[in-house]
Formats: sequence, C-alpha cells, structure tokens
Amino acid sequence: MAKFQLTVNGQRKEVNADPTTPLLWVLREDLKMTGTKYGCGVSACGACTVHVDGVATRSCMLPISLLGDRPITTIEAMANDRVGRVVQDAWVEKDVVQCGYCQSGQIMSAVALLKETPRPTETQIEESMGGNLCRCATYVRIREAVQLASQRLK
Amino acid sequence: MSAATKRSKDHGINRRSFLHASVTAAGGLLVSLYFNRASAQEGASAAQGPPKINYPPDAFVEIRPDGKIVIQVNRLEFGQGVQTALPMVLADEMDADWASVVPQLAQAKDIYKDPVFGIQMVGGSGSIAHSFQQYRELGAKTRAMLLSAAAKNWNVGADTLRTEPSVVIGPGGKRATYAELAKAATAMPVPANVRLKNPSEFRYIGKRTPRLDSRAKCDGSIKFGLDFDQPGMLTAVVAHPPMFGAKVRGFDDADARRVEGVREIFQISLPRGSGIAVVADKFWTAKQARDRLKIDWDTTEIAKEDTTALWAKYRQLAGTKGLSALARGDESALDKIASANRIVAEYEFPYLAHTPMEPLNTTIRFDGDRAEAWVGSQFQTFDQMAIAQTLGLKAEQVLFHTEMAGGGFGRRAVPDSHVQREAAEIAKKLRGTTVKLIWTREDDVRGGFYRPMFFHRVEIGVGTDGMPAAWRHVVVGQSIMEGTPFAMMMKDGIDPTVAEGITDTQYNLANFNVSIHQPKVNVPVLWWRSVGNTHTAYVMETLIEELAERTKMDPIAYRRKLLKPDAKKLRAALDLMEAKSAAWRQKLPKGHAVGFALHESFDTGVAVAVDVSIVNKRPKVHRATVAVHCGLAANPLTVESQFQAGSGFGLSQLMAKGAITLKDGLVEQRNFHEFVPPYIMDAPVAVDVHIVPSTDPPTGCGEPPVPVISPAVANALSKLTGKRYRSLPLVEI
Amino acid sequence: MSSNRVSAPILAALIFLCTAGAVVSASLGKYEDPRPVDGIAAWQQVYSVLVSPRCINCHTASNYPEQGDNRARHFANVVRGPAGTGVAGFRCVTCHQKENADSTGVPGGKNWHLAPLSMKWQDTNDQPLSSAEVCRAITDRARNGGLNGAALLKHHTEEPLVLWAWSPGRGVDGAMRTLPPLNHDEFVAATKQWVDAGMPCPK
Repeated sequence: MAKFQLTVNGQRKEVNADPTTPLLWVLREDLKMTGTKYGCGVSACGACTVHVDGVATRSCMLPISLLGDRPITTIEAMANDRVGRVVQDAWVEKDVVQCGYCQSGQIMSAVALLKETPRPTETQIEESMGGNLCRCATYVRIREAVQLASQRLK
Repeated sequence: MSAATKRSKDHGINRRSFLHASVTAAGGLLVSLYFNRASAQEGASAAQGPPKINYPPDAFVEIRPDGKIVIQVNRLEFGQGVQTALPMVLADEMDADWASVVPQLAQAKDIYKDPVFGIQMVGGSGSIAHSFQQYRELGAKTRAMLLSAAAKNWNVGADTLRTEPSVVIGPGGKRATYAELAKAATAMPVPANVRLKNPSEFRYIGKRTPRLDSRAKCDGSIKFGLDFDQPGMLTAVVAHPPMFGAKVRGFDDADARRVEGVREIFQISLPRGSGIAVVADKFWTAKQARDRLKIDWDTTEIAKEDTTALWAKYRQLAGTKGLSALARGDESALDKIASANRIVAEYEFPYLAHTPMEPLNTTIRFDGDRAEAWVGSQFQTFDQMAIAQTLGLKAEQVLFHTEMAGGGFGRRAVPDSHVQREAAEIAKKLRGTTVKLIWTREDDVRGGFYRPMFFHRVEIGVGTDGMPAAWRHVVVGQSIMEGTPFAMMMKDGIDPTVAEGITDTQYNLANFNVSIHQPKVNVPVLWWRSVGNTHTAYVMETLIEELAERTKMDPIAYRRKLLKPDAKKLRAALDLMEAKSAAWRQKLPKGHAVGFALHESFDTGVAVAVDVSIVNKRPKVHRATVAVHCGLAANPLTVESQFQAGSGFGLSQLMAKGAITLKDGLVEQRNFHEFVPPYIMDAPVAVDVHIVPSTDPPTGCGEPPVPVISPAVANALSKLTGKRYRSLPLVEI
Repeated sequence: MSSNRVSAPILAALIFLCTAGAVVSASLGKYEDPRPVDGIAAWQQVYSVLVSPRCINCHTASNYPEQGDNRARHFANVVRGPAGTGVAGFRCVTCHQKENADSTGVPGGKNWHLAPLSMKWQDTNDQPLSSAEVCRAITDRARNGGLNGAALLKHHTEEPLVLWAWSPGRGVDGAMRTLPPLNHDEFVAATKQWVDAGMPCPK
C-alpha cells in the first residue's frame, strides 16, 4: 500500500492503494466514482475511458503507480465541460442509450475526438470510436449523436 | 422461453403457456406449467393470461405530495426500454403528467410476476406484450380512484368530473391535483372494471417518447448492479473450474493470503463442480489473490469437450432422422424428385457467448434469519428462491432488489441461478457482511451458458414451378430446457426452442419434415437473444433466397408467393419493406449488393433489405431498411431503437472471431480480443425502421430484430462473391 | 632471383585473384573473405532481431500495429493514424504508458508509436520483407529519417523504443514477453560490425 495524490475533476484526492491497482478501481472503489465502468479489464471495450492530462485513456490498465501528477477527468465532470455538455445533450436528444453501460466510455471517447477534430468525417468517427464496444450495438445513434454534437460545436 | 410465447400449433405449446413457481416447505423448487387454449388470433384479451388478478394499484403507483408519480416496473430494465414504456402505458390511462413520472424497478414480489409466465422475469420479448393490458388497467383504476376521491370531496357524481394530466377538474372549474387527492384516493375501493381509452384518446401510448434514463446514463450517475456499494461491503471473486464440472481436489492459498486486504479464502460448492472464493476489501485485491492461488483440479470424471470433434459427431447425426418435430405431407416425396432438382445444404452454427457489457454480479447480505440481495436479474423469482435455498431461508425472507443491468441478452435469465447461488454460498460464510460477487470478463467468456452449437442438414426438392415441393430438415443441437424447470415445456422429448422458426415457419411448405437430435454435451447452454431463431432464420432465409435465385425470380416476389395466405404480419412487413427500400435498391453503387430476409418470431413480423459491399475483406452494411409488424407500438421510438441496434447485435453471428470453441475441455477464448462482438465499423451505418400501422395487441420487439440481419447480409454477400455462407462465423468471405 | 621472391606479375595476379574471389564470394553470400563477408553475416544477425515480434510488430505496412508472438493484428481496431500515434480519442498512449505496466500487462515506453510506412518491414499481407528489402529500407536515407551508419548505430544503441525490445515486460497472463534472438549487446555489436563493413546488403 502506498499513498497517492490525485487530481480528479479539478479536485485533489488522496488514496491509499496498492500501487499496481488500475486507476479504474481507484476511481470506483476508493473514490466511489462509479460512472467509469469495468467491462473487460484488458482495454478491449473502452467502457473505462477517462481523460488523463487530456488524453483519452483506458483506466482499467493504467496502474496508479504510473499516473504521476497528471490530472484525471471523468464522465462525472462532462456536464461542466464545454464539449462534454454538448456531447451529452446530443446523446440525450438522439436517445442513444439502451442498457447504457458503455456510454460513459463512448462519451469520453467522443469528447476527446471532438476536442481535437471538431468536424470529423464518417471514417474519423469510426476510427476514433472504433475501440468502444457497445453490446446493445447502438452505433447508428452514436454516429448521429457525434455528428449532431459536431454541428453544435461549430 | 420463446417457445412459451409462440403460437405453435405444430409443437403443441401455446403462447399463453405459463409457469408458476413457488418454494415448497422443504425449499425445493416447484414449477407448474399451465396451458391455456387461447391463441394470438383471439385479439386483445389474449395479451393477458390467466389467472386473472385484480392488481392493486397501490402496489404499482405512488403519488407523492410533491406531485411525483412513482411507478413500479415489474421487470428488469437492461436496455430494452421497458422502464419508459410501461410507465407510459400506465400514465396514459391514469392521465398522469409525464414530466412527474419516476419509474422504479420493482423488488421481487408475487404481485410483480409476469401475468402470462407466472414468474417475475424478462424474456420471450414479453414485457409489453404481457403487461400492456395490465398497466393500462392499473392506470385506469388509479384514475378512477382519484376521481372517486374528488367526487367525495366535492360531493358530486364522479361522472361530472374529467382529468387533465395530474389534475381532476370538476363542475364550475373546480380543480384538485393528483397529489392533493392521493391520500383520500387510497381509501377508495379498487374498481373491478374500468373503461380503457380508445386509441384515439391516447396521450402517450404510440407516441415517440424519449427514454427516462438517458441523462443518468450519459452523466455517470446511474447505478448498475456492479456499482452497488455499502459501507463495510466486501468484494468476492471465485476461481471457477477450468472445465465445466471440475472439482477442487486441493489448493494452496499461501501466496494468495499474503496479498494485503484479503479477508477470506475458502472452497465453495457450485451447481457444476466447485471453486475457491476469495473475499477482499476491494476487487483488485481479490483478483490479485485469485491469480496467486494454486489449485489442483479434479477433471478425471469430466467429459472433455472439443468443438472439432463435436462437429464431426453432429454432422454424422444429421445424416439420420431424429425425433420428429413436425411431419406434414408425404415424407417420401423428396426421394421421388430427381437429384438434379434437389438442394442439399449443411450449416454450422458455433457456441455464442452473450457477454453483456456489465459483467455478471450479485450482492448479498445474510443476517441469519433474513437476507438482502441486489441483482440485475431477468429471473427475479428463480434468483430469489435460489438465494433463499442456499441460505436456508424462505423466499420471502430474502429482500430482493432489482438493479439496473448493463445488457443481458438472456444471460441474466439462468434457470439454475448459478451466479446467485455462488454469491449466497459466499454470503453464508460471511454472515452479517454485505458481499459483492463479481465475475470478471474472463469468467464470463469462459463460464458457459452459451447459445448452443447447431448443425442443420436440409434437403429440398424443387418443383417444376421452382417452388419447394418437399423439404426435409434435420437439426442437431443441445436442448436448453432439458434438466431445467422449463423441461416441462418439452413435449415428446422435444425442446421446442431447437427448431422454432422452422416448425412454425410462415412459408407454405409441402411435404415438410423436421426432426431433431439433442445430444448431451458437457457445456452449459442458454437462450441467446431470439433463441432458436438465431440459427433457424439464417437457414430458412438463405435457402429461400437461394431457391428464388435458382428459379430466377425476384426474391421478394418469391417470398410473397411462398407465404401462407394468412401470414398477415409478414405480408404487411414485406410490402412495407419493399416500398421503403425501393428507391435505394434501384440506385445501388457498383460493388454493392442487396440481400433480404423475412422472419416472424415472438409474434412480430420483420422484413429487412440490406445494402452490402466488401470493405477490408469484411461485409460492410451501408444501410438496412427494416419493416416491422408488432401490433400497436407502445413507444415507436423504442421500437425503432431496438431494431436499429438489434441489427448490429445480430451481426455478432458473422464476426470473424464470433465463436466460442473448446479444445480438450477448455474454452479457447478469454476476453473481447478473442471473442469479438461488433464494434462501430462492423455494425450497419444506417438503419431505417418502418412500423406497420396497427391497433393489434402489442407484440415483442426485444428479440425479433436479431434473426433477420445475418441471413440478409449473407444473401447480399453471396451475390457479390458467388459463394454460399453456411458455416458461421464468417472467418473469411 | 631468390626462391622466396615473388615476381611482381605473379603478385599482381594473386592480388587480382584474391580480390576477384572476394567479389565473387560476397555476391554469393559466402564466407571466404573476412571483411565484407562479415558485414553480410552481421547484417543477417541484425535482420533476425528486426523481424522478431518485439520489433516488427510496429513496423507494419498496414493501417494497424500487430501484437504477440503470433503477430496478430492489434485487437480493438487500433489504427495507425496520420502520425503513427493513433487517432484523436484513440491514441497509442490511450493504453501504452511511458513504461511497462506489468500488473496489467500493457507494454509501454517513451513515445509509444508505430514506425512510419517508409520503415515498413512487412508486406501488406503482414509477411516480413526479405533480408535484402529490409536492408535497403533501413540504409536508404530518404526513407530512414536521414540516418547514416553512425546514426543507425546510435539508434540501435540508445533509442528507448529499441531498448524496450529487451525489457518488454509481462503480458496479461503474467508471463514475460519473449525477447529478440540476440541480446542487446550482441545486437549493437552486430550493427557495429555491419556499419563498419560499409552496411552491405544482400542481393
């Protein structure tokens, strides 16, 4: 066990955790922030996506010991993020979710995409969202919502 | 399960069959199966099965002083949208203000059992089909009680009153809100009969209504079963047998116990074999410790299955006649048709895992004389009983909370409740402590309960008119029902789910014989969204298109000609699909081809046309046009979403790595890198959904999207490559 | 004329023969003359490392990296992207940190990325290119980032992602990843020999 100082959604947090623990479980169990999801544990589904220093990151495979002082942003902060809010609104307006379990990760990937590429092509959407699995397969509406958010961000 | 909902003159089980379950004094599971003679054609009344229960509104509706109207949803929400649709139905008849409606997933209780199945469950695409009438009546009764209360207050006749959303309006413009009347209304008698609205009066039913859970599922605030937390709660993982049914001979946990935060490590019995439970403060701790266990597994008495060997066995069985599932006309007619006019086709369908996004989990706290459980369950009644049995309690001593679930597709509807039994075994040992059992994704992928492997052998004699003159069909695959409480739905040893979609085909097939083999295999199997239709629709619809091609007939016209005259839903869906896809089908780009499929399942008729090309050596579905006849669509937006996404889900069957295989008794796949469901580029780019206008009783929409998409895509691929695709998944095209 | 004197014409002939022999043997890849023959042999050693999974998996000719000793296409639809670092929202660094994450099984290193397409060591069917083709690629300064022999040697000696191949960490199953066929010292020594020999390439 070791103490780690984290900056999560702009707030300083201290946790006492096994250094090998993935960030995902620190968020979920130590900080009780359960919006970030466990889906596979091997970076194959994207449900655990957060932003680490602005980079979309699979938190399920990032040991807390390798985090350093990089700030973390999670789905819980997206309502207060300019792009995040637009993306969430687009998701709600397009009635994207079904079971909804993957959608935190989908939204975190979409926000990262749109922050860098505000007007993505269909191919760019497929590539950037290509690692986020939705077992309900709500992909038609995910595409539409990303496009809608993109239009709103102009 | 689907069989229970099927109209099926052919296998003798009626759609209104239902299960009634209870726990005997000894704790044994007693399941009775009731049959009812009514059929789907009887119309609206058929939507609700016996016994007729006068559901008390107060068990379903609570009007709070702040005006919020809390509606209990009697089944799991796991994406299908029932948490929005059923409250819509109730709120409509109640004339409740939609903005005030708050849905709640009901606890496990008798009152919340499916009116048709007789257990509390989601399955067989029955949520709206079975509870539409029930929730309408509940809404109407609630409204009637509010009117009675207002009438009493104002000392006027109830017939002088009317309602607007959440307000009763009386003579002279008197107004009282539902919240104001709520307390008095509960004292009013529950009317036995109420007038229901005419469809023209509907406020919400039939209107595209956004889901109520969208925002919470987009901002991370919604709590799924896996998110459940309590102070002092511990987390458990289990080292499961590497082969189904293997037992722990011995184990060394010295290394595992050194992991800081580990609380308990002990052996538990499982429904199949045994395992080692590791309980710790946190998940990662428990998993680290599990990885350090050294377990000596006894596999000596285990049948070590191997899918390659199973295919050889299945192929051989398919060459022989099995149990007769259907015999119509002259069985020898086929043999009289010249071999040049016969098609012989063999199909292979692999084991498929459900892999819902939220890994399986169950949280239980056992306090000796009572227990509390939190489960994303499709089978509350069974799961509650299983927990009670394991803990030596009565079902009613287990307070069972239905948690929001991240998908399921059948995987949370397990007759033996093995995950809940496992969690209860652990909770029993940790009396007084809440313990959450988490199955890792690897546990899930390797944990069995797959859609069974199936082999089909079909021989078709083609008549001079190009239509099938004789059809002999042999299906080989494990029974899902055998050995479960659902075995009571088997007749003459036949599991009706094995050949559903063939035996009840809406095509007019002469000299039609279907037989099945149900080999016993040491791999647990389960219903996988749309059950038997997953493979039967693929076989039927690829063969029908092949027959049309052979006869050089338009595949839509061929289907229309072959459909039974009374195949009302499929005819309407086919017509609508043809009309809505005509424009794009006439302008197909080079390198693209169109494929069709038509299939009725769960009393819902579906027709689809797909625009497919080959990109990066894989099928790319540029567009799908789907037409649906599902009776009255309670929430057309949900129906549209189910068919759009369900098309993507259905394509799981075609994914290059879309199979579970076994070698020497071991499952070869571990996680999503080896069992790969569709990602965004694998799913249709666009799906336009068209609903046949109807006021018929609503029928299911959860499963019917799945069966049609794969055969439609395969039909298009065949046009592009000239090959037939009879072995799934499509490793290569 | 003493018996131990070799006449100039004979000496000239001998030198000619030796030189000619060397030229012939080099072109045939034989090992008779120590100097140039060593260069090719050294290159073959370098090549054996370059086409080992730890190196070649990120020198693809395709739109994706590979992984594992079976050099399978990287899972989860990972793509190259315009700069070999993935795409917006789905970067190499979405998973790969600056060092190996042994507890979760993810390899990592500074600036984890794919080699540019000009440095592909595979064909579009994911088969390794021949020794001669890889040699030509890495000695072509128009393709190799402008590296001369000394710079190539330095690259093989110091580049963090090259060094990673010899400390590739543990996989998801907890087992150490396999190493290239030479150790790093041997690899550097072979590279030096080859560079010193004038970076000859097999034909």
